Amino acid sequence: MDLYLPIAAMSLDVFLLLALGGGVGFLSGVFGVGGGFLLTPFLIFIGVPHAVAVASSANQLVGASVSGALAHWRRGNIDFQMAFVLLAGGLVGSAAGVWLFAVLRRIGQIDLAISLSYTLLLGTLGALMLAESTRAILRLRKPGGPRRKLHQHIWLHGLPLKMRFRRSKLYISALLPLSLGFAVGVLSAIMGVGGGFVMIPAMIYILGMPTSVVPGTSLFQIIFVAATVTVLQAVGNGTVDVVLALVLLVGGVVGAQLGTRFGQRLRGEQLRAMLAFIVLAVAAKLLFDLTVAPPDLYSLETIGP
Amino acid sequence: MRRGCWFLAIALAASSAVPAVAAEPLIADLTSHFIAITTGFTGTDVVLFGATDGTGDVIAIVRGPEHDAVVRRKSRVAGIWVNTQQMTFTGVPSYYAVYSSRQLDEIAPPSMQALHQIGLVNLRLGAAEKNRSPEEINDFRAALIRERQRQGVFGDGVGRIAFLGDRLFRATIPFPADLPTGEYRVEIFLVRDKAVISGQTTPLYASQAGIDADVYEFANREALLYGIIAVAGAAMAGWLASLPFRNA
Repeated sequence: MDLYLPIAAMSLDVFLLLALGGGVGFLSGVFGVGGGFLLTPFLIFIGVPHAVAVASSANQLVGASVSGALAHWRRGNIDFQMAFVLLAGGLVGSAAGVWLFAVLRRIGQIDLAISLSYTLLLGTLGALMLAESTRAILRLRKPGGPRRKLHQHIWLHGLPLKMRFRRSKLYISALLPLSLGFAVGVLSAIMGVGGGFVMIPAMIYILGMPTSVVPGTSLFQIIFVAATVTVLQAVGNGTVDVVLALVLLVGGVVGAQLGTRFGQRLRGEQLRAMLAFIVLAVAAKLLFDLTVAPPDLYSLETIGP
Repeated sequence: MRRGCWFLAIALAASSAVPAVAAEPLIADLTSHFIAITTGFTGTDVVLFGATDGTGDVIAIVRGPEHDAVVRRKSRVAGIWVNTQQMTFTGVPSYYAVYSSRQLDEIAPPSMQALHQIGLVNLRLGAAEKNRSPEEINDFRAALIRERQRQGVFGDGVGRIAFLGDRLFRATIPFPADLPTGEYRVEIFLVRDKAVISGQTTPLYASQAGIDADVYEFANREALLYGIIAVAGAAMAGWLASLPFRNA
């Protein structure tokens, strides 16, 4: 059954969109990432214009992360204090990102920027996460090793403006989560992602937060970053397709709830290894597409109404 | 289709009943001047019909609303494909098709085809940058036309105008499901002895209708409000969906 999408100006199969939303939502619930990093490329693969895919994914993320965050909130897994500091950076970052998006679009490099940022980020993160989780799994197999510290202190934690985050049992510089939030905000705007896949590893490895509060906190602040991006994209670029976003959501929210429960049965290390594999696979696919000669070297864009 | 026949009958009656009034060498019209694109729209046919004051050939050109268009060319930089060159064309029609009652070259000399922009090769597209070589402009121009043909909005060949007897003619103009919206212009020329005897232009409007059109309209006019509603709707849907799982 085909559905006409008013902003994308194309027809797509409803069940394809529902399945896509459901699958991505499930992953989102399991890993606490918004899933946008998978949704946007898949939308592009099925022919949605890059700009519309990015903006509508951000819209869909609002709903998906509300649903996911509520599930984590009931289990008390959100560090609100940390979330608000991240958010302060995130809001400034997303405004900067939407502006950058418009500039890149004007000079004709937005498609490249989207693909390249995905490839670089996903490739680096995937490799790091895979290496770390493999070490962790190996360490578990070998009992009697030295007990791990709660978290490692690195020089970044010693920067000025120190704050105490009770829920995360941390006493670190507020500049750290602020700049992390900013960077993720920029990514959200350019890539249509909540940035969970960057945020989560950074929260674990850079901030040193306990794994249990990471997904909930990440999802909670993604709600607000994604909402800001959606509004800014609607105003600045007119590329938010609300029909597309809502159909994806219907599949996505159900998938997210199931995913959250499934995720609780898995061990942290296994979870991180699985996420690493998915991230690496998407990066490989995107890199492959960039290096393959396009069928037509020329492309056309109509300007104006 | 049926309406087309009906109009033809009127045209026929009019032309035979009062031949003295037929001072106009060419009279033509469309069965419809408005195309409504609704949710279930799968394309439509519009019939062009009319009468001439004697023998001769008819050529018709259908042009969609004009926009500027940017053509970009990719080349390989450090192993990946990047847009490296671009050229802007002004006044590019979003739809273009030619219809003729006979082979164009038999009835219209090249100068006439060029003057009236008959055929894709004669389409005047203004390149915004003047400091590019003619070969370069030609390559980009060809790419633009190729892309438009792939989208199905530039006709590949010449459509057929059928004559009923010497004076009455008709042609069926098919429009695709995703035709660009806006004001179209249908130019009709009466050609006799390799010269244009008479010409007429008639408008045609294509616009979105129904809920989709309202959404599109609203998103453009009230972008901020649209964005806020989109966010609120998504947040609401997320909350609703989590309710059944509350006691899990």
